[in-house]
Amino acid sequence: MKTAGSKPPISPPRWLLAELTYACPLQCPYCSNPVDFARHKEELATEDWKRVLSEAREMGAVQLGFSGGEPLTRPDLEALVAHARRLGYYSNLITSGYGLSAERIAALKAAGLDHIQVSIQAPERDLSDWLAGTESFAHKKQVARWVKEQGYPMVLCVVIHRHNIEQMEGILEMAVELGADYLELANTQYYGWARLNRAQLMPTRAQFERAEAVARRYKERLKGKMKIYYVVPDYYEDRPKACMNGWGTTFLTVAPDGAALPCHAARELPIGEFPNVREMSVREIWEESEIFNRFRGFDWMPEPCRSCDEKTKDYGGCRCQAYLLTGDMTAADPVCAKSPHRRLVDQAIAEAEAPPEVPLVFRNPKASRRFFET
Amino acid sequence: MSLDPDTPLRFSPLHRLQWEEAQQRYVILYPEGLVELNATSAEILKRCDGKHTLKTIVEELERKYETEGLTDDIREFLEIALENGWIQTAD
Ligand code: SF4
Ligand code: SF4
Repeated sequence: MKTAGSKPPISPPRWLLAELTYACPLQCPYCSNPVDFARHKEELATEDWKRVLSEAREMGAVQLGFSGGEPLTRPDLEALVAHARRLGYYSNLITSGYGLSAERIAALKAAGLDHIQVSIQAPERDLSDWLAGTESFAHKKQVARWVKEQGYPMVLCVVIHRHNIEQMEGILEMAVELGADYLELANTQYYGWARLNRAQLMPTRAQFERAEAVARRYKERLKGKMKIYYVVPDYYEDRPKACMNGWGTTFLTVAPDGAALPCHAARELPIGEFPNVREMSVREIWEESEIFNRFRGFDWMPEPCRSCDEKTKDYGGCRCQAYLLTGDMTAADPVCAKSPHRRLVDQAIAEAEAPPEVPLVFRNPKASRRFFET
Repeated sequence: MSLDPDTPLRFSPLHRLQWEEAQQRYVILYPEGLVELNATSAEILKRCDGKHTLKTIVEELERKYETEGLTDDIREFLEIALENGWIQTAD
């Protein structure tokens, strides 16, 4: 029996996302990095990262993502990959592919990297280059071919929003052409830069429904050849997505400066300071820090989640989305039809039908500095 | 479509089968995924080495567990494994 105020047992982390750097040669306007990323300049050193990998592995983490920013900008990437392989991680490089050569792909393979996820912005050059804020389309496709040739599972990722959603067919054909083993169709989630640019990114319901039908058709057709992960745009659902398999149960993100986060979007929550791997061990952070414990279990929930029988399924939805939309990080995720704030999501949907004419803000240090310099 | 008992099977080069000390079990690792295996499933998959077939896997495991009549269960599991891409036919 669970008594009031008791905490559930703590399960060890399984997935570690190592955000090696906020530096990135690209400027995607839907980037999930915090808008004020340029504030955090002090990157962890190689030795710090090695220790973090070792400590998390010892607790049971096994899936590892190297991301950023652009992780290729770290010259010690190969050394970290080799360390991860020795520890027994299954490691994934999440990259834009920018500047990646066939030689480096081979060196990473030799170091023990398991797979590479290349993101491409759109199936056509001008649009892809415009969205990336950098001429990169032709090279990205070349990188995807090299990845495939060198025997990695080829994971292609395309973030979907109103500027490319009409090209769903072209995106799927591009994945077929490149021989992708996995295709991630990630409908934009509105955190970080994507939240800032939401009015310019959000597709209309009709667009979303057409695109989903195309994706479903290909999914059926490509069964057994290509695995398609379709990340639903939750604004068009009436139940929220589950928060990270439960806050502090499975996922650990470590930001470039060593801040430990229960979710890669969590840095936007109004929490003064996140625990830092420079000062605490991964185990102390995971088991003892206030923030990793704050939304564990169900006792923290206010209504309507508290008495809702779906809370074990979605944990009340995303804390970051709740905060970004309502200003209250304990609120039910406003995507939920039972949330008293659902109208905030409905307003965004209505706005998507007639978006205001404002330019996209591209993700770069100059734009970022506006959010913390006065 | 049912699996030919004499076709050699091999574990997929795009997946990894690994013992997890922290979980005290074998897992399959692949992009964005992790499947936890029970002991028998792991024994079956460990034998998918490009030489073993349904028939020889059944023989070995019946001997190992000192039992009979495992064919249907093992066939069913191997078919699921094939469908999920964990193993491939090696011809
Ligand atoms: S989303 Fe774009 S800008 Fe952001 S880190 Fe990834 S590649 Fe760089
Ligand atoms: S009320 Fe809360 S727990 Fe219930 S479905 Fe909505 S978000 Fe989930």
